[in-house]
Amino acid sequence: MAIQRVCVVGGGVIGSLYAGHLARDVEVSVLTRRPEHAAALSADGLRISGKSDFTARVHATADAADLPDFDLGIIATKATQLEAAAAGLDGRFPGATLMTIQNGLGAEELVRGHGDWPLLSAVTFMSGVRHADTHVEYELDTETWLGPFAGTATYDQAQEVEALLAASGLHARAFPDLRPAQWSKLIFNATVNTVAALTDLPHVGAFAARTQDADLGHLVHDLMDEGKAVAAAVGVELHEDPWEMNVHAVRRGETLAAEGHYAHVPSMLEDVRGGRPTEIDFITGALVGEAARHGVPVPLHTAMYRLVKARESA
Amino acid sequence: MRIAVIGCGAVGSLFAANLGTLDDVEVWAYDPWQEHVDAINANGLRLSGAGDVVGKVHATADPAALPPAELGIVATKSQHTSEALAATAHAFEHGAVCSVQNGAGNEELVAEHVRQVIRGTTFPAGHVIERGHVGWDTKGDTHIGPFEPSPAPMAAVEALAAACTRAGMPTHALADARGAQWRKLIFNAASNAIAALTGRTHGQVAEPPTRELAWAVMAEGRAVADAQGITLDMSPEELFDHAARRDVAYGHKPSMLQDVEAGRETEIDFLNGAIVAFGERYGVDAPLNRALTELIKGKESA
Repeated sequence: MAIQRVCVVGGGVIGSLYAGHLARDVEVSVLTRRPEHAAALSADGLRISGKSDFTARVHATADAADLPDFDLGIIATKATQLEAAAAGLDGRFPGATLMTIQNGLGAEELVRGHGDWPLLSAVTFMSGVRHADTHVEYELDTETWLGPFAGTATYDQAQEVEALLAASGLHARAFPDLRPAQWSKLIFNATVNTVAALTDLPHVGAFAARTQDADLGHLVHDLMDEGKAVAAAVGVELHEDPWEMNVHAVRRGETLAAEGHYAHVPSMLEDVRGGRPTEIDFITGALVGEAARHGVPVPLHTAMYRLVKARESA
Repeated sequence: MRIAVIGCGAVGSLFAANLGTLDDVEVWAYDPWQEHVDAINANGLRLSGAGDVVGKVHATADPAALPPAELGIVATKSQHTSEALAATAHAFEHGAVCSVQNGAGNEELVAEHVRQVIRGTTFPAGHVIERGHVGWDTKGDTHIGPFEPSPAPMAAVEALAAACTRAGMPTHALADARGAQWRKLIFNAASNAIAALTGRTHGQVAEPPTRELAWAVMAEGRAVADAQGITLDMSPEELFDHAARRDVAYGHKPSMLQDVEAGRETEIDFLNGAIVAFGERYGVDAPLNRALTELIKGKESA
């Protein structure tokens, strides 16, 4: 299968980064939530600045019924909007392969409920800043990791998408089994996002500090230990140690800060600041659910889950 | 008899103004807020709300001006205890000093500067309306007793309780005031930290999804109290539910939530942090209280 046509579902930062880069090589359609967003993209194109610099032509619509046929669908909505997005594709595009990129766990099963497309699981460490509907700044040019989901797609297909993304100027890596990477990121996210959302701190050095008794790094470390115990009970060998991911990200953030950039604001903190629902159910909720299924106590993640849920509704 | 109040904010003012209505007690107050001090000296210290009172109080912003006193009441924010006592300890060379502050760990700090120390827990609450004028929001009892490692004589404890009670602040002199103090500490640690992190009122904290967390946080506090041989005088859980009633304090914003909203330092070290510290001393782990302490400290630094 040669991938000629890509549909990106979701016009947020991550969706825009995929759509913009891929549109330089293949035909790209974008499904947005707001009609005015789609109209602006179709009229003006999509500008990517920062780590890349170009403007790409895309075909955008806010109505899933108007989507042209595609070979690869990248589902890049927030986890909280995934159900609505998948419902729009229900039973259509039988020849397509879909790739889910949501934080947390459970996106693949949810999409599976709307059609029997071959699925690729993916996680991404890219980040960007949205300046306008038609302009996204590419901030961290880190990798997208992808792999076949539960035997529905093949490793060959994952490698084909890896090659497509790489040719477009993005960084990607295909794995025969994504779960080790997915769980590393799940534990990292369940910890860093909730701590940030409750303390109002961006991902700064305090997350790795463990010199004083009441330093935040102790809590971060304890939360990650709980997460690692769940992964072990599930039978997943982690791709990367989440604590080392944390230390590494904080150091990179400090280097960037020294160059005058702002520290990274985790998406859950952005959501809380914006008064939007967070992805807590898909991230910490999923982790706590897996823990319960395997009989692993996770009192700290349970506490974080309740605190973030309460903060959302306050 | 001379009584000096150290820290004349809301709670300090409730004691100072009420005591200032007694003919046989000379009340002094130390507070660094000069305009407040001037207003008190010019017009007396005024309370309104749950009770309307104007008390005669000698106020000063200069700690050196405090004369020797038989009794002292410390009502600063906990994080200011050490600094305030270092400056005023000269007045209590022969006096007994009682902390009526939040949480645990204040008496230990008072005892670094004063020999005769009284442990105290007070329920009444208020808020500063303007200089010289404090709103009296809640009436309630105060429990005091000798601070075991550096105790004031029981006679001094009883003298302070009698004066406060006569002045309209019902105060109980107890041989062991730890049960009252830890009951309030356990209640406050759960309500304050969860409210401060979530933006919820006390009544909302008592509801899902935080209700179970609040109860788990209180269970840790109970275990730390048990390990010290403290018998709580009342159930913090029952008080939690009582305070959560719509006709009591459902909509009350706990002080730590007010502090984080105003960008002020909180009393976390003397609440959840104290439960963790006393737990460590007595071999009891309090992981949820530790997590809340670290989150609040993170929030303070944000």
